[in-house]
Amino acid sequence: MTIDTLINIGINIGITIINIAIVFAVAMLHVAYATYFERKVIGHMQVRLGPMRVGPHGLLQPFADGLKLFFKEDIIPEDADKPVFYIAPIIFLVAALVSLAVIPYYQGFVIADINIGILFIFAMSSLGAYGIVISGWSSNSKYAFLGGLRSAAQVISYEIAMGLSLVGVMIMAGSLNLTEIVNAQHESPYGMFAIPQIIGFVVFVIAAVAETNRTPFDLPEAESELVAGYFVEYSGFRFALFFLGEYIGMFIMSSLAAVCFLGGWTIPKFVTNVLPFLTYVPGIIWFLIKVYAFIFFFYWIRATVPRYRYDQLMAIGWKILIPVALVNILVTGLVKILL
Amino acid sequence: MAVIEVRMQPTYKRMEPLEIAEKIKESFPMDVVEVTSFRDQVSIIVKKDNIVDICRYLHDDPNLSFDHLQDLCGADYLGKKEPRFEVVYNLYSIKYRNSIRVKAQVPEDDPRIRTVTSIWAGANWHERECFDMFGIKFKGHPDLRRILLPEDWEGYPLRKDYPLEGPEKEWSGFADAIETAKKYREFDWEG
Amino acid sequence: MEQQVEKILETRELNVNMGPQHPATHGVLRLVLDIDGETIVKVTPYVGYLHRGIEKLGESLTYFQGLPLTDRLDYVSAMSNNIGYVVAVEKLFGIEPPERAKFIRTIVGEMSRISNHLLWLATHALDIGAMTVFLYCFREREWILDLFEMICGARLTVTYPRVGGVRNDVPQEFLDSLYKFTEEFPTRIPEYETLIDKNRIWLKRTVGIGVISAEEAINWGLTGPTLRGSGVQYDIRKHTPYDAYDKVDFEVPIGTNCDTYDRYRCRMHELRQSNKIIKQCLEKLPPGPVMADTPKFTLPPKDKMMPITHPTKEHAYYIDEKVCKGCGMCLRACPAKAIAGEKKKPHKIDQTICSQCANCLVVCKFKGLKIVPGGKGLSEDKLKELAAFPLPEEITKAAEHLVEHFTFIKRGPRAPEGEIYVATEVPKGELGFYFVSDGSGKPYRMRIRAPSFIHAGALPRLCVGHLVADVIANIGTIDIVLGECDR
Repeated sequence: MTIDTLINIGINIGITIINIAIVFAVAMLHVAYATYFERKVIGHMQVRLGPMRVGPHGLLQPFADGLKLFFKEDIIPEDADKPVFYIAPIIFLVAALVSLAVIPYYQGFVIADINIGILFIFAMSSLGAYGIVISGWSSNSKYAFLGGLRSAAQVISYEIAMGLSLVGVMIMAGSLNLTEIVNAQHESPYGMFAIPQIIGFVVFVIAAVAETNRTPFDLPEAESELVAGYFVEYSGFRFALFFLGEYIGMFIMSSLAAVCFLGGWTIPKFVTNVLPFLTYVPGIIWFLIKVYAFIFFFYWIRATVPRYRYDQLMAIGWKILIPVALVNILVTGLVKILL
Repeated sequence: MAVIEVRMQPTYKRMEPLEIAEKIKESFPMDVVEVTSFRDQVSIIVKKDNIVDICRYLHDDPNLSFDHLQDLCGADYLGKKEPRFEVVYNLYSIKYRNSIRVKAQVPEDDPRIRTVTSIWAGANWHERECFDMFGIKFKGHPDLRRILLPEDWEGYPLRKDYPLEGPEKEWSGFADAIETAKKYREFDWEG
Repeated sequence: MEQQVEKILETRELNVNMGPQHPATHGVLRLVLDIDGETIVKVTPYVGYLHRGIEKLGESLTYFQGLPLTDRLDYVSAMSNNIGYVVAVEKLFGIEPPERAKFIRTIVGEMSRISNHLLWLATHALDIGAMTVFLYCFREREWILDLFEMICGARLTVTYPRVGGVRNDVPQEFLDSLYKFTEEFPTRIPEYETLIDKNRIWLKRTVGIGVISAEEAINWGLTGPTLRGSGVQYDIRKHTPYDAYDKVDFEVPIGTNCDTYDRYRCRMHELRQSNKIIKQCLEKLPPGPVMADTPKFTLPPKDKMMPITHPTKEHAYYIDEKVCKGCGMCLRACPAKAIAGEKKKPHKIDQTICSQCANCLVVCKFKGLKIVPGGKGLSEDKLKELAAFPLPEEITKAAEHLVEHFTFIKRGPRAPEGEIYVATEVPKGELGFYFVSDGSGKPYRMRIRAPSFIHAGALPRLCVGHLVADVIANIGTIDIVLGECDR
């Protein structure tokens, strides 16, 4: 091993670290403003204004919230299983954050361009369920316990439906690498897999809502039944970690939808053929538009529908989504073989 | 799933309340003590021994059908009447739109009366409240506990000899609460 | 071996304590749930956390003083409670309010029903997870509360109706704004309904939940929309009409499926019917006084006492030395401490401190106090001289009224001896007042039949066998307020 190769490795590591820092910082900023965006969107849907006090139009509200949570007292229940209690939010947040590494934001910009991108994201979101389950267990509270149990069951059930819904995409792209999936979409006649994979897309959206514990599937944290669910005993910064993790999870799911179904940073060729100037718009802009459209959709659902009951939620997952996703795989596979 | 809007019309001619009182007198001649009337409302004062039978008769008789127990409460006539307590049953018939009031006399030395929960399930909490406030025990009640006051409360507040300002001795739970507050005031919140 | 395994794997119900602090128990209701997985095995409600002894308090207050207590029963529809109380007391006194007052009371009662049902819908929907309905409902509720503020200055604890009528006549702008409300409100109801009425999730959460048959519902003593959802035609406004309900035309919604969804539909229909009643009342509102003129039972109008109490009339008060026995009553009653003197010797008023409040005049049992019209600032001797002259008739009359007013407030109107149970249809169900009067100014026994109390008692019947989430739907559907439940 020569000095040169060592220097090369060093430079690579340095670049990767810088990339990580950039992605982390930008993602955190987006998460902060996603909360602001949510409050504004839902506020206007509910004939009120949302945050207005901190800064112009409440623009500094996310920072104020962050500061408040940061300086809050960290209360730990006396009978809690302390080491587990400490580590649960960290597991949850880290599992969510690590997924950011494999998402291609635009052509060539991805921290880890691994071949099993989709699987990696699934693995990480399943790992996040551990954070929820052990936080529910270690809090030594019945509400948290019920929330944790509900969450474990929910995440596992919907993981299957979501995984199956993406199999169609994998078959069409012939790869698990997210960058290649985007490129395959760009080459395909429709420009995005959402059109040929419409069934898979619908299943994915529903499963993604459930996976991120959002309304109408927010049973683990149903505030009218379980007060706050698994994180009922958490306060201050530990609570903030859960909160961040949840919003990053939402970002991951939106990004996954954008990458796997909506063509990532590309725009379909039939659009650029008609409006050629659109090719000058940087890919990251398209990516963000798609992600935020998806996030808006999350908020929209939240402002509109009531909450499912636990047994109904499970019934939807196992009796509807999974069979539908299986049929989708079958049809996609047949089409792939026959054509 | 359909909700219909109806124009309610009285289906039967209202029976005169005194007529009802007569009917009860006929059926239970030994039990009815007195029948009084005030502003078209008739009260029948009865002895407590047959109260369940009287109530069952009022509830089951097809011509009376007092299916709705509007209210059940106690009253204390300390120094005014003998026997001291009364349990008041305000009954209403949704079908015939009649109402009647039955009052059962309960003496001070034996404040017990049989429960009517077997006739009206809704009497359950009313009787618990009556027990809570007057100390009248309902024999055969499925779950006779204090309802509005703590389990270990002393005295029966709606009795006339219970002071309005409350008892001199504080309730024991109150002292506990103060004790707990003191304990946590010294708690070290740093850790 | 098998036995051993069974022993180790013993299963138990999880015991969850829901409340008294819980976002969905509508106050301080506490439910102890025994759950097997998510299925409810047993529910034990505990109430009494808000018990204030209103029945005991009522026994020590006059019939007028008892009125504000009823605001604190069901604080989301205080107006209806007030009406329930005054209707009962009026029946006990045997007085009849004037026609205009009856119509005004019907209007405010129905407004209160709308505001209550809106709050109910808001919280019920929020409990089931539909957040937006909550804020839509509050938008209209706010309007009604503003209208309440317009007529009586209070939004929540109003104490607007009085025994024998209402506190004051309604202003024209109130009527205008209310008319506009009745025009607009029917277009707002579909806004709530579009969000939940046909929503699949809402239907899944409410249809077939908390089913209770008509017979059973009556047997449990349920009333109001909770009972009518089970298909029982029992509405006190129709059965024993009070106020102006026999002069307006309205229908009563009846459910057929006896479940949470039907009870929800019933209340939505009631919103429309209430709106219809208000509109009719506004059109029919007759002119005239708003207080009954029954001197024995209602307060004399304040303007009759004006010649004495009005501050521009510069009276002086003078104690007649010949009559004064030195009992000290006026001395204690004087808020300005202007009266001095020893026991059993004639007292004297220090005219420089006297604030002309007339308190001494009403407490004096010996008529030893004399009013000297226009006597402010005069010397003692001059007052003595002027006090000997007979007073103008206007002032003697006013003084009589003042004394009457005082004793009235102090002792209360003497109710005839007897007992009475009067029920009114409040938004939650049947609110009954049972009064036992011994002929004094205070009720000997005041009993409140609170619908929330009875509905809370039926909660175990509705919940057992359902899931945890349905407990929330059931708490919502019976529409309880713990202030009323605990009294």
